Amino acid sequence: MEKIIDARGLSCPQPVLMTLDQIKRSGKGRIEIIVDTDTSRENVTRAAESQGWRVENIQPEGDGYKIGIAKD
Amino acid sequence: MSQIKSFFSTRWGIVSVGAFIGVFAALLQKLGNPGNMGICVACMERDIAGAVGLHRAAVVQYMRPEIIGFVIGSLVAAYLFKEYRPRAGSAPIVRFILGIFAMIGALVFLGCPWRAILRLAGGDGNAILGIGGLVAGIWIGVLFLKGGYNLGRTTRTYPSVGWLLPLVMVGFLILMFIFPQIPDSESSGILFYSIKGPGAMHAPLFISLIVGLGVGFLAQRSRFCTMGAFRDLILFRQAHLFKGVLALLVFAFGTNLVLKQFNPGFTGQPISHSMHVWNFAGMLVAGLAFTLAGGCPGRQLFLTGEGDGDAAVFVMGMIVGAAFSHNFGLAGSPAGVGPYGIAAVLVGLLVCLFIGFTMMQKMV
Repeated sequence: MEKIIDARGLSCPQPVLMTLDQIKRSGKGRIEIIVDTDTSRENVTRAAESQGWRVENIQPEGDGYKIGIAKD
Repeated sequence: MSQIKSFFSTRWGIVSVGAFIGVFAALLQKLGNPGNMGICVACMERDIAGAVGLHRAAVVQYMRPEIIGFVIGSLVAAYLFKEYRPRAGSAPIVRFILGIFAMIGALVFLGCPWRAILRLAGGDGNAILGIGGLVAGIWIGVLFLKGGYNLGRTTRTYPSVGWLLPLVMVGFLILMFIFPQIPDSESSGILFYSIKGPGAMHAPLFISLIVGLGVGFLAQRSRFCTMGAFRDLILFRQAHLFKGVLALLVFAFGTNLVLKQFNPGFTGQPISHSMHVWNFAGMLVAGLAFTLAGGCPGRQLFLTGEGDGDAAVFVMGMIVGAAFSHNFGLAGSPAGVGPYGIAAVLVGLLVCLFIGFTMMQKMV
């Protein structure tokens, strides 16, 4: 099942902490993270990749981005 | 544009920005800035507080154009790369108080994290204590972050909200042109200038401004942050930002060697004292305050340029903190810690711990 994390309005390291927390709990599958700054987008994708997750897509969402990450 | 955009988020992007800052900070010293203070966000904001008369410490009064450049350079970069995001409203009063004590702690040691690294690059052994304290403070802050410490979400706001502090900076620059420095005079119109001491030492205005603009631009692109460097290393075992700090150290050291500015030792170092415990403790409070506020003093200026109104409040807190530091005799000097400096460090630690312990909430 897909999990959605809304990290809008939060500054780093919060979006990364929330993402890593969900990665730890999910183990695998797909997670969507919504962020509203480019810094958060970079940090979240960097953190996900460091955990062996792949970044599937990054779409504009409002003023920010929706990042889809997944691991099989 | 997108290639430039992605370059700065790579390893070589952050390393080249750290190198740029290291080289130009050392060069600014050669061109007139005080020893091991080519760039020091805390010291320079303290000098600005003096220039507008918030404190009247005669030796540290100068409207530092570097700080003005940092904010405006970041603003330009944010607009150019479509990253300007006006936002505010995440516990501003907490950020203001954290800014005050961050400055008080930094001035006990005599430098922000940037200057701590530049002092090390210039051979000042006392910097080791300061950097040790900084890391200890960040480590405590990380414990709070792991426990759910969070200042809450910002909200989007009018673009003009994000413009306010950059406009204040432009106003400061205009004041410098209206009331330029007069040789051997302590004031010019409404601005104060130092005629001796560190405040009297500065590179030519336009060089300072241009270097400041360049650093602001590059640091906005690369998210350069000295606190984040250690925080990410402790919290995530991630060394991305740390490579930038390391590059700053190495390149400032190399430039100092070339310019014959490297003088190893503990005593007689420029604008420095050797009260090891308080060098450590001062920076511990500062490091904790930076971590709770989400950025080192430099990063807060660059965030301000991106439209972050809360970072702007932290900056104002630091400037006010500098005024308290000098009015109350808290700041260090080459003679040692100020008469009430030790008490201020202890109060600062208690305030930061109070903020950390009472503002923890899992997943806001």
